Amino acid sequence: MASLALDAADVSKRFGAVVALDGVSLEVAHGECVALVGESGSGKSTLLRSFNALTRIDDGTVRVDGQDVTSVDPVALRRAIGYVPQDGGLLPHWTVARNAALVPGLLGRADSAALASAALDSVGLPPAQFGGRWPHQLSGGQRQRVAFARALAAAPRIVLLDEPFGALDAITRGDIEDLFLALRRRTGMAALLVTHDLHEAFLVADRVAVMHAGRIAQVDTPGALAAAPATPYVAELLRRARVTTGAKA
Amino acid sequence: MRRGRVVAWRGAVAVAALAALMTSAVTDARQTTTSARGRPVVVGSKPFGESYLLAELFAQMLEARGVPVRRTFGLGGTEIVFPALRQGAIDVFPEYTGTGLLVILKAPPVSDPAVVFDTVSREFARQFDVRWLAPLGFENTYAMSIRTEMAERLGLRTLSDFATVSGEMRAGFTADFIGLPDGLPGLRAAYGLAPKTVSALAPAVKYQALVDGRVDIIDAYSTDGLLARYPLTVLADDRHFFPPYDAAAVVRGALARERPAAVAALSELSGRLDVTRMRALNARVEVNGEPVAVVARAALAELELVAGSAGPSAASSAASLADRPQTSLAAYLWQRRAAIGAMSVRHLWLAGVSLAAAMLVGVTGGVALSRTRWAEPVTRGVGLLQTVPGIALLAFMLPVLGIGTAPAVAALFLYSLYPIVRNTVTGVRGADGGVVDAAEALGMTSWQVLTWVRVPLAIPVIMAGIRTAAVINVGTATLAAFVGGGGLGDPIVAGLALADSRMVLSGAIPAALLAVLVDVSLAGVQHALTPGALRERLASGGSS
Repeated sequence: MASLALDAADVSKRFGAVVALDGVSLEVAHGECVALVGESGSGKSTLLRSFNALTRIDDGTVRVDGQDVTSVDPVALRRAIGYVPQDGGLLPHWTVARNAALVPGLLGRADSAALASAALDSVGLPPAQFGGRWPHQLSGGQRQRVAFARALAAAPRIVLLDEPFGALDAITRGDIEDLFLALRRRTGMAALLVTHDLHEAFLVADRVAVMHAGRIAQVDTPGALAAAPATPYVAELLRRARVTTGAKA
Repeated sequence: MRRGRVVAWRGAVAVAALAALMTSAVTDARQTTTSARGRPVVVGSKPFGESYLLAELFAQMLEARGVPVRRTFGLGGTEIVFPALRQGAIDVFPEYTGTGLLVILKAPPVSDPAVVFDTVSREFARQFDVRWLAPLGFENTYAMSIRTEMAERLGLRTLSDFATVSGEMRAGFTADFIGLPDGLPGLRAAYGLAPKTVSALAPAVKYQALVDGRVDIIDAYSTDGLLARYPLTVLADDRHFFPPYDAAAVVRGALARERPAAVAALSELSGRLDVTRMRALNARVEVNGEPVAVVARAALAELELVAGSAGPSAASSAASLADRPQTSLAAYLWQRRAAIGAMSVRHLWLAGVSLAAAMLVGVTGGVALSRTRWAEPVTRGVGLLQTVPGIALLAFMLPVLGIGTAPAVAALFLYSLYPIVRNTVTGVRGADGGVVDAAEALGMTSWQVLTWVRVPLAIPVIMAGIRTAAVINVGTATLAAFVGGGGLGDPIVAGLALADSRMVLSGAIPAALLAVLVDVSLAGVQHALTPGALRERLASGGSS
């Protein structure tokens, strides 16, 4: 059996007295997109951050591409995984081109400038026009496009996204969601995406994992999830989101 | 064989003798270069008028006898000047026997002047290897003064006389006199002095208050120049309550041994300055505003200790008296422009060196500390330094750093450190969390996060700290005057001591201008150092 892109088995994490993850297991196959859905404090960001070793777990095993994250250099691991945070997280004192070239540069790639240009092109920001600008000169949507370009410039096979559409207005949000779908189609990368919005999860993900109080309540395709909620919490979530069976997946 | 042994023995003696000879020759040579060829004798003074004048008399006396001199006047009080002497940073300064007894030896007060002088002579030699030369001939003690008109009307000549009527009198005393055991509390006990009212008066206003009839008695000093200016009567201390304060030159024991000519020259002043003469000389400096050097030269000529006559300088004193109100401050500053320029350069140098060191240590230390749990305690500790008074800090460092440039730079360095460390720690810690998180998540090492993200983002905050430190530093650099470090503090300290406000301003105005200039230049540096994007963002007040 080919190794999984991401694989968490029986993972637990406490912050002092607070249990953030309580025996969580989740698998993401290569090429697959899984959305982690839940309210604030459900543990979804903590789980996401355990895959690039930003969170050190207390119990269980986290594997990336078949390798236990505790056995690899965290810096090398992070450089191999794309990452898109909510607000872009661009370095404000670096130009757009330099931001996009960050990961290839960290990897010591001689062609990092060319990779950054290609990545900017792929997110719809022509480098000739945007490369020399400062992050504060861009709109919110443009900044998020740069964040995608930065995450993807070194062509990772796995990308982690923490509320990547969360800070955008509705129209821009649609544009960026479309961009994400297009990028995934083209690159075939595996993606784990954190969101509190079930609509968004159903729109962009192959499977949706609903988290509640540090546990995974249900993992399934959007269709199966909508058709057969496993717990009252999932049912309530579906009801409130007014997600109907057969939502596009 | 026996002869051979003798030869060998003689040989050994010869070698030893040769070695001893060479050693002593080297020692002699060193002494020759340092003393006989005329290392300058360093004359120090405390920061008040009479001390300046006496030190200048010492200096001119030495020069007149062919001894080269270096002047280090206005050192910050007994706690600076006496350790400086013991350490060999200065060779001689004027001191008062009472101060030596009470302040330095911390002995109980004694009223007999001869006993006090014997005590300080013996104990200073024994404890400190310091010698008191024979007293100069005058005493500068408390002079309880009343208006002569009242003294004559009521027949008051002594403190005992005054005590009988003191219940009707209003006293105006300096604040420390009101509290000191050898001040008002002691007078009460010794004479039964009990004034109707006691007001605390600043030294500068007490004479005017007495003359204007607002108070009836003040605590003057017996050699104050102003005593001679007004019709005042000093009440005799008929019960010998006040300890004697005979003025004398105090010299290092080493100077006395190695430079007898210098000590002989200084000794020529012993017994030559009586209280009337000293009061007149102080008046020329403090009331007429004549330069100390001119008054000292005239005094030595009058005493026939050096060639020249008092006539011309008396004339020049009259001239300068007439000149004083006419010369505008601007003209005075213009006239002294070369000296002010040199002092400003020196001032900037002191501030610049100490600030550069504080930036180096403060920024690197602050960055290194910022990611550790030691940041807060260490920063607080550095902040405590800010509360140490300047003179105390200088006195504390004196045993290690002596006087001059080193303690001045060290003190300014310590005072500059806190704003820089505090702002560096705050800036580096406060860097935008989302940006730092993304940088980490994309695979920057912690060193890269620090140097590529945290520090560049903290530059505006760090620079603000450096600018604060620079302005404090330039302002505080006047402190250097208390340890002979030079700079614009010299005219400020001397001007305050000599009651010469123009002299004070000739240091204070350039110092203030320098502070503004330094702040403006650093604003330029801050602009240049701040990453372009941050600069625009800050200027426009926008957010990310």
